[in-house]
Amino acid sequence: MLSPALVIGTSVAYLLLLFAVASHGDRRALQGRSIIGNAWIYGLSIAVYCSAWTYFGSVGRAASAGVWFLPIYLGPMLAMILAWIVLRKMIRIAREHRITSIADFISSRYGKSPLLAGLVTLISVVGIVPYIALQLKGVSVAYALMTTPLGQTPAHVVHWWGDSALYLALALAGFTIVFGARHLDGAERHEGMVAAIAFESLVKLLAFLAVGVFVVWGLYDGLGDLFARAQAVPELQRLLTLGQGKSFAYEQWFALTLLSMLSLFLLPRQFQMMVVENVDEQHLKRAAWVFPLYLLLINLFVLPIALAGLLYFGPGQANAEGFVLSLPLAQGRQALALLVFIGGLSAATGMVIVEAVAVSTMVCNGLVMPLLLRTRFGPVLGTGHGGDLTRFLLNIRRTAIVLILLLGYVYFRLAGEAYALVSIGLISFAAVAQFAPALLGGMYWKGGTRAGALAGLLSGFALWIYTLMLPSLAKSGWLADGFLTGGLFGIELLRPEQLFGLRGLDGLTHSLFWSLLANIGAYVGVSLWQAPSARETSQALLFVDVFERTAADRPVFWRGRAKVADLLPLLGRFIGMARATAQFEDYARQQGAARIDQIKPDAQLVHFVETQLAGAIGSASARVMVASVAEEESLNLDDVMLILDEASQLRAYAHALEDKSQSLERATAELRHANEQLKSLDRMKDDFMSSVTHELRTPLTSIRALTESMRDDADMPAETRQQFLGIVVAETERLSRLVNQVLDLAKIESGHAEWHNIDVDLCALLRQAVQTTSEMYRERGAQVDLQLPADPVPALRADADRLTQVVLNLLTNAAKFVPAGSGRVLLGLQHDATGLTLTVQDNGPGIPSEQRAMIFDRFHQGSHHPDRPQGTGLGLPISRQIVEHFGGRIWLEPDAAQGACFKLWLPWQAGGRDQDVTGTGDKP
Amino acid sequence: MIHKILIADDEPNIVISLEYLMKRAGYEVIVARDGQEALDAIRRERPQLVLLDVMMPKKSGFEVCQELRADEALKGTLVLMLTAKGRDTDIDKGLGVGADAYMTKPFATKDLVAKVAAMLGAGA
Repeated sequence: MLSPALVIGTSVAYLLLLFAVASHGDRRALQGRSIIGNAWIYGLSIAVYCSAWTYFGSVGRAASAGVWFLPIYLGPMLAMILAWIVLRKMIRIAREHRITSIADFISSRYGKSPLLAGLVTLISVVGIVPYIALQLKGVSVAYALMTTPLGQTPAHVVHWWGDSALYLALALAGFTIVFGARHLDGAERHEGMVAAIAFESLVKLLAFLAVGVFVVWGLYDGLGDLFARAQAVPELQRLLTLGQGKSFAYEQWFALTLLSMLSLFLLPRQFQMMVVENVDEQHLKRAAWVFPLYLLLINLFVLPIALAGLLYFGPGQANAEGFVLSLPLAQGRQALALLVFIGGLSAATGMVIVEAVAVSTMVCNGLVMPLLLRTRFGPVLGTGHGGDLTRFLLNIRRTAIVLILLLGYVYFRLAGEAYALVSIGLISFAAVAQFAPALLGGMYWKGGTRAGALAGLLSGFALWIYTLMLPSLAKSGWLADGFLTGGLFGIELLRPEQLFGLRGLDGLTHSLFWSLLANIGAYVGVSLWQAPSARETSQALLFVDVFERTAADRPVFWRGRAKVADLLPLLGRFIGMARATAQFEDYARQQGAARIDQIKPDAQLVHFVETQLAGAIGSASARVMVASVAEEESLNLDDVMLILDEASQLRAYAHALEDKSQSLERATAELRHANEQLKSLDRMKDDFMSSVTHELRTPLTSIRALTESMRDDADMPAETRQQFLGIVVAETERLSRLVNQVLDLAKIESGHAEWHNIDVDLCALLRQAVQTTSEMYRERGAQVDLQLPADPVPALRADADRLTQVVLNLLTNAAKFVPAGSGRVLLGLQHDATGLTLTVQDNGPGIPSEQRAMIFDRFHQGSHHPDRPQGTGLGLPISRQIVEHFGGRIWLEPDAAQGACFKLWLPWQAGGRDQDVTGTGDKP
Repeated sequence: MIHKILIADDEPNIVISLEYLMKRAGYEVIVARDGQEALDAIRRERPQLVLLDVMMPKKSGFEVCQELRADEALKGTLVLMLTAKGRDTDIDKGLGVGADAYMTKPFATKDLVAKVAAMLGAGA
């Protein structure tokens, strides 16, 4: 054993350390350097789920029922899969409406109903008290184990003043007040508390892992050894099977998993940690795997410790819930035992602190405030004679905290001895599970109404009391247990644990079945039966569609007149004048007003004030308070729909405007592009006209100058006159050629050219072309070398005249550039599966590399040779148009060894783009 | 004294007609077939007047004119630009680079001869 002084001293030291962590967190928050803006801290703080129940109770459960300790952790793991869908929506809604508790959430959803807030608070308090008792019991059992000599059973405490649990409860109340109710926060955020809870989560995990490692590898020879020994004991062997020797109770397993799944969202402390204290929705992503991993780790050694305890002490010889302590103690490992005790203390205090903070908020906002507002103090609170009420609110909370913990203690004294930790916890779980239909239904179903939620909660809660709470009290001996076996009023059908003759289920599954059935039935049935009020409808819209609107286009369902001079002091009374003024200044800045008194007192402002107030006193009370200072018009359902329509129209209008401006931008871009194209076409046309003009004027110049000279000079020698006349004739020929080619090119380009396609024998065509140009080549002393393939070349479907035009153009060009007297031109033809390739290679000077790119441009005449042959500069462009018309290509070989080498390729399926046009080319 | 005239054009038939006209008017004529050749001839022969075509290989008439005006020794050379490009921008450009006169092709032979005589008479 350890001396009480040592145990208490260490505990106090640990709590002081915790307090240091918390105040560090608070200080950092004040400096704006929050330490909880971190997904790890968020994930760890959710592990407040693991309380003394996990720490002590799971081992006890495992020692009696094997794997049945597990569903309580499988449920939350499954629930975290839905975190991104369900939890994120809860967080978003809570943030938009400044919701600070689960009671407020449900009340706000159903038209800010004070009645619902009160009912949910009541259920929470009744449901949570046993749970807090469980923590006190856990710690007090642990304390007794630590301070009782080995082998002795702890003495039963008779007098409450001698009970350590009472002092623990009081100490925790004080601690909770310091943590959670020191000052009022508009969003009920407690950064220091979150930091301390995350720290506690680490401590309890490490302590539990430490004792696990000690038991498995210190006490035994590893897991294999431990399980082998357990298998050898028949009573323990039973623990290692799912069904414990009986058939497996699937329905119970399912019920427990479902129950714990719901609890993760519905327990007040979980709502506080996961929703209210959440600072960033993105943290959920990491929490979604950190928290399940945490659960896995902390459950790793549960079964081994249970088996080891049973092996070590013998089945039934020691309290299994204390194995984590009694095993190290029995081995004389006092330091380890002390660490484990601190871990257990962490688990219990963490739960109690957060739970008490959450429930005290509910009690203050859900029970006390609405009641106060109904009394004659109500009007005073709103109209300004009440002064600053923040201290008053804090005191309500502090009192609530003390009362809740004392209630927990009383429950512990009355019923704690009779029940195992786990059973107490499950009773609480079943109570908060009653929130599920109203809460989850309200988030996804707009049809749920206040009356439906009330009916569901009441019937579910009533059945919970009758089928679970009363039997537990009766079994503790505080109630005559006659109704258990005989049924209420002696009616057997009303036996609380076999209601309406439903047998074969354990008490919890049975209760859960009936209470949730009644709850859901009443919720849905009454909701469908009764039409919702305007306010219920508007809140339903805001909740269910929370992701569909941004803050800017959210409709505000309020009409009336209000004054800034009334609203500001109202807010000031509940959150402090300094903070209220700061909030109004922020709001003024957002609205573009220079000073507070320039704020427009419209629906938006009223909504703003009401939301801020809701953070401090709950949505229901905030509604009443705002209504007390503003002249409101009551809205009916049509008004709500009208306001929603206006908001939707505004939104649609904004969207439409955005769409319009986008399509306008697109159209502008397209127009600009088209304009650029037109401009460039215009420039091209301009250049073309200028080129044509130049090409026409040049021969005209010689013709005019020479003919004028002949006219004016009667004495011109005959031979000069003859020479001049020759030039004039040649220049007119050049003019006609030019006109023809310009027209030809224009026709091809505009698609008006005629194409008379026939089966063309390319070899015959080439021979004919050589024949046609033979005179010209002979004059220049040049030769054409025709190289045709040996095998027959298949016919090509094309326009023979056009192809001849191309070949002649290439041959004529070559003839112009080859050296006089020694000119050689090679004309070759190859063919393969794809098509025909024609080669025209000369031994002229070649084409300078800088001109190669432009050789196919119109009016670009190759190589300004001193005695440059006369051309129009349109031959090659026309050839290119023709070849491309047949789907082929014409190009200049870039690396010809000597001279210029033109190649053209035509596909077999030439045909042309407009097939065999044999008639007029002028198609519409 | 007999004035010396350079005819710079790449169209042989135009050169023939201009050469005939200028010789008949009593001038001494030299010929160049492209821009570079024209510049070389001007430096070598120092003609009083150049009939300068715009669209020529190697160097355009504009470039030739610019180089002339930049050269202190050749500054006094009279330049009559002849071009088949009749757009206003071309005329402006020609006068901009320092040509003394500008005629579009085709031109009346009488006008050309008169213009040359006037330019040489004023400059002499």
